[in-house]
Parts: sequence; structure tokens; C-alpha cells
Amino acid sequence: MATQSGALLVDGLTHSYGGELAIQDVSFDIAPGEIVALLGPSGCGKSTVLRAIAGLIQPAQGQIMLAGKHLGGVAARERGIGMVFQNYALFPHLTVEENVAYPLACQHVPKAARKERVRELLALIQLDGFGRRLPRELSGGQQQRVAVARALAASPALLLLDEPFGALDRALRFDLQVEMLRLQKSVGITTLIVTHDQEEAQSLASRLVLMNKGHVEQIDTPSTVYDRPKTLFVNSFIGQANQLRATVVETKAESAVLKLDASGSSLTLARRLDYAVGVRIVLTCRPEQVSVHAAATATSLPARLIVSVPLGPTLVHDLELADGTQVRASQMRSGAAFVPSLGDQVHVTIDADHCHVFPVHSISPSELNKGAKL
Amino acid sequence: MLLLSVVFFATPLGLLLAFSFAGPTGVTLDNFAEFFGDPFNFKVLTNTMRLGFETVIGTTLLGIPIGLFYWHSGRRMRQVVVFLSLIPMLTSNVVRTFAWIVILSRQGPISQALLGLGLTGAPTSLLSTEFGLLLAMVQIDLPLIILPLVAILARTSRQLPEAAEVAGAGHWRILVTVLLPMMLPGLLAGWILVFASTSASYVTQAAIGGARNVYVPQLITRQVGVLFNWPLASAIAMVLLLSTGALLMALALISRHRRLVGHA
Ligand SMILES: Nc1ncnc2c1ncn2[C@@H]1O[C@H](COP(=O)(O)OP(=O)(O)O)[C@@H](O)[C@H]1O
Ligand SMILES: [Mg+2]
Repeated sequence: MATQSGALLVDGLTHSYGGELAIQDVSFDIAPGEIVALLGPSGCGKSTVLRAIAGLIQPAQGQIMLAGKHLGGVAARERGIGMVFQNYALFPHLTVEENVAYPLACQHVPKAARKERVRELLALIQLDGFGRRLPRELSGGQQQRVAVARALAASPALLLLDEPFGALDRALRFDLQVEMLRLQKSVGITTLIVTHDQEEAQSLASRLVLMNKGHVEQIDTPSTVYDRPKTLFVNSFIGQANQLRATVVETKAESAVLKLDASGSSLTLARRLDYAVGVRIVLTCRPEQVSVHAAATATSLPARLIVSVPLGPTLVHDLELADGTQVRASQMRSGAAFVPSLGDQVHVTIDADHCHVFPVHSISPSELNKGAKL
Repeated sequence: MLLLSVVFFATPLGLLLAFSFAGPTGVTLDNFAEFFGDPFNFKVLTNTMRLGFETVIGTTLLGIPIGLFYWHSGRRMRQVVVFLSLIPMLTSNVVRTFAWIVILSRQGPISQALLGLGLTGAPTSLLSTEFGLLLAMVQIDLPLIILPLVAILARTSRQLPEAAEVAGAGHWRILVTVLLPMMLPGLLAGWILVFASTSASYVTQAAIGGARNVYVPQLITRQVGVLFNWPLASAIAMVLLLSTGALLMALALISRHRRLVGHA
């Protein structure tokens, strides 16, 4: 199969449904052959972006370019884009073969060539011999692969996938994700995948576009997004993050001192902080950057252990600080120096080098709830 | 439930069957022979079937655009469509039939409009014509096709035509390859209802069809009410039941085709 190339550029996309803004100023790009994931909580506007690219809605503002061509006035049927819908949208009255051949029939590809292409695609998705079945006679995973084959049939320049693994059970997902990667690499098609599952996005995409409430919050590689989140939202959406309120008490060229609300104790960051003294901030840290000790140290905070859960190789502790703030810590189970038991009064220390600091106003009520649940 | 259907459905049907084979000297096929022996009766039977087919075609031609309009409407408009198609069912068949007598008469709006447009030279009445009867039947039976259609469309995903569009299909291809197949189970259900209703709608047939257009129900009534020939009436009823029954069975079989089952 020929390798296709087609870069996608989305610039300043804005759209509203009946006066209600669904997406605002969404911009990102995808290099030819790259997989990018559009990641964000349900309702943040991911499908809207996808539908605008596919041509199913006309965005109020913004530009979309595919392989150097403006898609502005181009009808959906002429864009040369393959799309896998959220529930696959296979035609229930057509067989697998007829479903996969549908885009080819639309392009008036001759019967013999159509047949050959369908055979090739069914082999690619490892469903040879299933051509005569109807979609409802297939498992969820098989239906998903048929939807992918249909989307690829007419050799589109871009593949769009809307939550392609959302309807499948967890055990099946990983296998199908690996399968999807293999397929994408072998076809070499530029791919945009929409998901609200951060693990799925991280395992599939080379770059993530993080969306929240219709905005793009950050565009980076999965590891950068995890290690250097630009916003509090990204920090708590990708992986888990403890949130502690604090006040900036001292800033220097290469260090800063914070006073934590929870204990009144201070914490020194060994880096420059761009906040004025007296500003209220949110300090975040990952569970693996919180350690639990039996004895107090100079920088530790007193806490009470509420519950411990073994999770694979780690032990996850939910703790409560003196003022009621919930903190989650994880430690390796093997070789742990100290294993606290339930109800124990313990002391936690935070790895200040890996903490992130965000302004307080970036917390929204829903994120506060999320923080409280930690 | 089962008891009710035995008492009120199976028993009369059994009696009907028994009557149709009854002769002066015991069991006989004479009644059926008498019915088919008269070419007029056979013509009435085919007329009745034809009226059923024509009404099915008429309601389908109107029902599909209404179904498509429903499909493309928002939630509010969809409710309006359902309500408007239910309204005719709120008035009795007899009332609607008399309304149609007014509409189709020489002084009625159709006649006056044709005259006004210069299409006819003199006022014409559509009463006692098969076409006039067809118009009335189509209007009266339209809800029977719209309701099953709407029931199917209401739970069909909008993603299907969108998937077709992204795959490169134009409006007509989407209509023929996606929307119509999606509607087909609803249409089949509607056809069964319309056909059954039309071939048995005695009042409308008698009042609008008039004496020149006779259909099987009138034939039966004449045998029972005028000639008191119950056995022949029963035999005619059995013939009507079997011929419409065979057709309806065929439609029901089609709707169990594997491509149509579990749609939407
Ligand atoms: N057809 C529509 N009409 C009105 N509002 C819509 C429509 N589609 C989506 N929305 C709204 O737009 C926002 C974004 O929706 P969507 O793009 O589907 O989000 P996501 O795919 O990220 O879950 C949501 O608040 C949703 O309620
Ligand atoms: Mg969505």
C-alpha cells in the first residue's frame, strides 16, 4: 500500500451550538503520518473539532488545511477523509464487505478493483472470511476493525477516530490499541484520535492536544505533558495530582519559600518562582512524590492514614492532613522501610523538586471536587 | 389474555369456517363454487386487492417525504409531525368519510379548483369514482404508515447518514442506500396495517365508492343483510381472509429477512 502524506493544520477553530460556545480558538497541527490524540473530559468539545474537520459542521471561525489545501468551502463528501464514528456507525443492513466497499462505490470504483481492495483491507484487519457477515453478527472489537477498514478504504489523506475504544471492555482495549498502532504504521496515514482516556492517548499518540471546556490547554508529547504540565487542569487530568494550598512568603533568584495552609510549615523550592510575595497558590505533587514516615522531620507534615490499597507493585495510601486536606501517596511494596497501618498518625514529606505551582484562580469548582476526592 | 383471544377471536373464526362449508345436506364446497362461478365476484375480489395496493402506494408516496421531514426536524418539530399525523385518528372513520363526500362532490373544493384553473369545462364529481375513493382511503390510512415509520426513525442514529456523507455519498445515494433501508422495516409494518385496513373499510368504500365500485365487504353485507345467505357470506369472508392473509404473511416474512432484523 502506498504511503500517503498529508499534514493537517487547524487554526483558530471556534464553533457554537445555538449561541452556546462549544469550542473556542482551537489550533494545532499534525505532521504527515503522525498520530495525535485530542484528549479531554467528556463534553469539552473534542467531537465538535473532529466534526468540523470532517466537514459535518461548518465552524463559525477558523481554518482547516489538509495537505496544503483549504477545506473551507469543501463538502464533507469531497474532503477525502476517513472517519471512525463513536459507535462505529456501520450500516446494519449491509454486510462487512459491502460496508468496507461503500466509500469505493461512492467513487464509482469498478467492481473488480473494489473487490480486490476489500479483500486486501479485510486481510489487513485480519477479518478474512468474515465478509459475508452482517455487523450485528460480529463482536464489538471486530465491528471496530470493520469501521477502521471502511474509513481507510478510499485511501484518505487523514484518518479521524472518535473514541474508537470507548465501547470496548478494558481487557480488549489494549490488544486493539496495539493492533491500531500496527495498522496505522503500515498504512502511514496522518491520524487524529479523540479520547477522554489519558492512558489510551499516551499509549497511541506521539503528541497530545489537551482540551478543557472548549479550549486547548497544552500541546506536547505524553511525557512532557506529564512532567511539565502548563496548567493545573492538565496536571490533574493526566495522572493524579495532590493539591495543597499555600502562600508565597519569600522569592529569590534561585529559590522560593512557601507556607502551606495545611500545617503552617514552610517548604523551600530550589528554583525561581514568578509570583509576588503574599500571593496564594496551589502546590501540586504526584502520589509517587509523597513519602510516608513514622517520625517527624524538619519538612514533614503530620497526617492520618485513612485507607491503603495495594495496586500492582505499589501500595497507595490515602491520607488526611491536619486541616482535612486529602493527600494520596504511593510507595513500592517491596523493600518499603515503613508500612503504616490504618488510623496511624504518620508524617509525610513532599519532594519539593518535582512540585508544580499554579495560581489559585485556576481552580474551578469542578476541579476542587476532583481534588477533594483524591 | 389467551382465553380472551380464544373466546372473541378463535370461536367466531371457527364458526365462520364451519358456516362456509355448510350446505342443505351437510358439508359441501358449493358456497366457494358459487362465489368463483360468478365472474363478477372474482372482479370484485381483484378490485378489492387493487384498492389495497393503490392505497399502500399512495400512503407510501406521502409517508416517505413526511418520514424524511421528521428525520431532518429538531425535537420540537418532530412532536408537531407526530401530533399532526395523529389528529386524523382522533376523528371517527364515519365523520372523515362524510367530510370526504363534501370535498369530492360537484360543489366541493376539488371540483371548483379544477374549474377555476380551466382544467375542466363543467363541475365534476369525484364521488363514485375509484380515484375519489383512493384519495379518501390514502388520507384515512396515512397515520398507519407514518406511526411505524416515525417509531423506527426516532431511534435511528444520525451517525449513519453522516458516515455515508464522509464516505463520499451524495444526497440521493444517502437516501437510497441508507435512509430508505433504515425506513424499510417501518414501511413493511405500515403496509401490513394499511392493506388490512383498506380491504376491510366497509363504510368508506360504500359511501364514496358508490354503487358502481363494489368491494368484497359490500358483497358480504349484501349476502347477510339482503339475501340472508349466511353460508355464502361466510365463504366470501374466508376468501377475503385467505387472500389478504397470504399477502400479509408474505410481507411479514420479508420483514424477517436477516438484513432487516435488529435494525437500528
Ligand atoms: N448538536 C449539538 N447541539 C447542541 N449542543 C451540542 C451538540 N453537540 C454537542 N453539543 C455541546 O457541545 C459541547 C461539546 O460537545 P462534544 O464536542 O460532543 O464534546 P466531547 O466530544 O468532548 O464529549 C457539549 O457541551 C455538548 O453538550
Ligand atoms: Mg464526543
